[in-house]
Amino acid sequence: MSNKSNEFVIAIYVDNQFGVLTRVTSMFTRRGFNIDALTVGETESPEYSRITISLSGDGYAREQLINQMKKLFNVKKVEVLEDNASIKRELMLIKIYNKPENRADIHFAVDAYRAKVVDYTTDGMCIEVTGDPTKIDAFVELMKPFGIIEICRTGIVALERGTTSLLSK
Amino acid sequence: MKLTGAEIIIKTLIEQGVTDVFGYPGGQVINIYDALYKYSDQINHVLTAHEQGASHAADGYSRATGKVGVCIATSGPGATNLVTGIATAMLDSIPMVAITGNVPCSLIGKDSFQEIDITGITLPITKHNYFVNDVSKLADTIREAFRIARSGRPGPVLVDVPKDVQVATYEFEEKPIAEKFPLPIADDAQINEAVELLNASERPYIYIGGGAAGLGMGKEIIALAEKLDAYIGCTFMGLSAVNNDCDRFLGMQGMHGHYASSMAQKEADLILAVGVRFSDRATGKVSAYARGTKVIQLDPDFAEINKNVKVDVGIIADVADAFRRIAAGVTAHKHPEWHEKVDALRALEAASDKEVRRRAGDRLIPQVVFDIINADKPAKTIIATDVGQHQMWTAQYADFDGPRRFVSSGGLGTMGFGMGAAMGAYVATGDPTVLITGDGSFGMNLNELATAVSYNIPLVIVLMNNGVLGMVRQWQTLFFNKHYSNTVLDRKTDFVKLAEAFGAKGVRVSTPAEFKKAFDDALTAGGPVVIDTLIDKDEFVLPMLPPGGSIDDIITKVEK
Repeated sequence: MSNKSNEFVIAIYVDNQFGVLTRVTSMFTRRGFNIDALTVGETESPEYSRITISLSGDGYAREQLINQMKKLFNVKKVEVLEDNASIKRELMLIKIYNKPENRADIHFAVDAYRAKVVDYTTDGMCIEVTGDPTKIDAFVELMKPFGIIEICRTGIVALERGTTSLLSK
Repeated sequence: MKLTGAEIIIKTLIEQGVTDVFGYPGGQVINIYDALYKYSDQINHVLTAHEQGASHAADGYSRATGKVGVCIATSGPGATNLVTGIATAMLDSIPMVAITGNVPCSLIGKDSFQEIDITGITLPITKHNYFVNDVSKLADTIREAFRIARSGRPGPVLVDVPKDVQVATYEFEEKPIAEKFPLPIADDAQINEAVELLNASERPYIYIGGGAAGLGMGKEIIALAEKLDAYIGCTFMGLSAVNNDCDRFLGMQGMHGHYASSMAQKEADLILAVGVRFSDRATGKVSAYARGTKVIQLDPDFAEINKNVKVDVGIIADVADAFRRIAAGVTAHKHPEWHEKVDALRALEAASDKEVRRRAGDRLIPQVVFDIINADKPAKTIIATDVGQHQMWTAQYADFDGPRRFVSSGGLGTMGFGMGAAMGAYVATGDPTVLITGDGSFGMNLNELATAVSYNIPLVIVLMNNGVLGMVRQWQTLFFNKHYSNTVLDRKTDFVKLAEAFGAKGVRVSTPAEFKKAFDDALTAGGPVVIDTLIDKDEFVLPMLPPGGSIDDIITKVEK
């Protein structure tokens, strides 16, 4: 997903209220935008939640999306997080088969990706990986030959580099 | 002063300047109706036959005045019956506040009797909506609803109030009418850019939309057209912004626009679009629209700039302010070649009109219906419509003598809009009100005749009866090999008797002389009159851009 050249990530501050997430996602449906990933959580201010959305689209779609988003009354800030000026991270839990003949390869991969084995049984293991979405994608590719049982990804969280704060911008 | 939630609702409406509301009582709004009873000396409630009628009435009330229209309905089916009216208001940017009751908070989420998630349902068709679960927030929520409804690009706001919140009491203190959010003000650089383009233009076309129609700027628009030696055209929603007696006004352009207006827009080298959103019905095939023509767009809604048509100068602004600054900046011009071109287009249009009339002989055709209406209607007449062929004929042929005198559902194209909307417009203004409708549309909400009779609303209802769903039939004729699938109504309804059964007057006409007499009589009847106006089922709305086609595909005549 993160290899698409027209993918972009936007950060949105919204009122921390009942139903606001629905308002945002309903707008996406209504205007025909397709979300690749969405995360939402508390922020430094109890009044606001922060939504991070990654999606693909051309310049027109990007402009439209931001304009339509800004029209929602519970949306306080919308910002595109440009690749070179922001940190993007994602967390993944991946469950794979633990076959003796693959064990060593898996451990090498876990080391190389600074991942962690967080559950281990004689026939399966669960690995936690954190990083840039491209790194997560690569790790998934790497694990495919060993037999993936289940994957759960959080979607991107992202912050701008430096000392800026979106809310006070 | 401690009041119940229901009283707070009504007191806040009164405080916000509301004098009339439209609605229908029910289990979860009994308390609100009790408050209406208590304050009936300060606020007038019109009981419609159906909640949909109430929503369209609130909408018509707003279209005719610019004030926020208000409707009230109970939970469940009452609320869902408002949905079409709310969506109609949304698509045409009409300020409206809809108040619905809901089951008490303790019963929410339990599929209780007449419980429905109306905020969820109306999420995509309101500018904003609220579920108020705390009586202490009720008054301020309603104030904010009014503020949002009327600010910037207006629109409908729904406030859903559970029964227990209507019953609970809280301190109420009257506040002033909520001020609008300030409109964006255009910067000088952009105004100058627009002025330069206009000064350099040889073939300017001023294009008025719904965002400018209600501003009462007709004279200023004409003055700018004269200064620039420009022509004026409009969208469907822009009708009545400029009086039809202005000789620079070419009328509506677009799918069923006037030939000269659509062609002049194509021939123009510059379009000054004022409060226009470039709907697909106005542009035709968008990739072919305004090719090689510069476009300046003025709109208060930043999301409209470059949404449908990529413009050369997009000015996010208080439209009236930006328009005036541009008008003050431009210099006077003369464009004789532009006149010649447009005169030639107008001559073609006039010749085609003459030919239609010649062929019709003394039959009652839509053009003649409007000749009579235009000649005999009193000053300040409001013309409301339903949706279909009759609506497009109204847009093409009706004359307007002031802003807000055209009341019609543009964006959503809501059949059944007319009865409610016409009543709302009349309640708001007391001005003569004519409803142009068709037998299809009228069939959808004719129950509101009961309301018009009860409140003695003297609507002149011109029912253009061709026994078919004419607009769809027209498409079937042109694009579906005359397969008239389910568009031949051939119903046995006797509209004269039907009118009489409701307590209204009814008259059937089929010739120009009969129509004239009936129309003139209806104007002074003192109550609603249905004029069952028989026209041929194969009258077409022309010109027409075929669906998905561009101005180059314009159809100006059909051999029957």
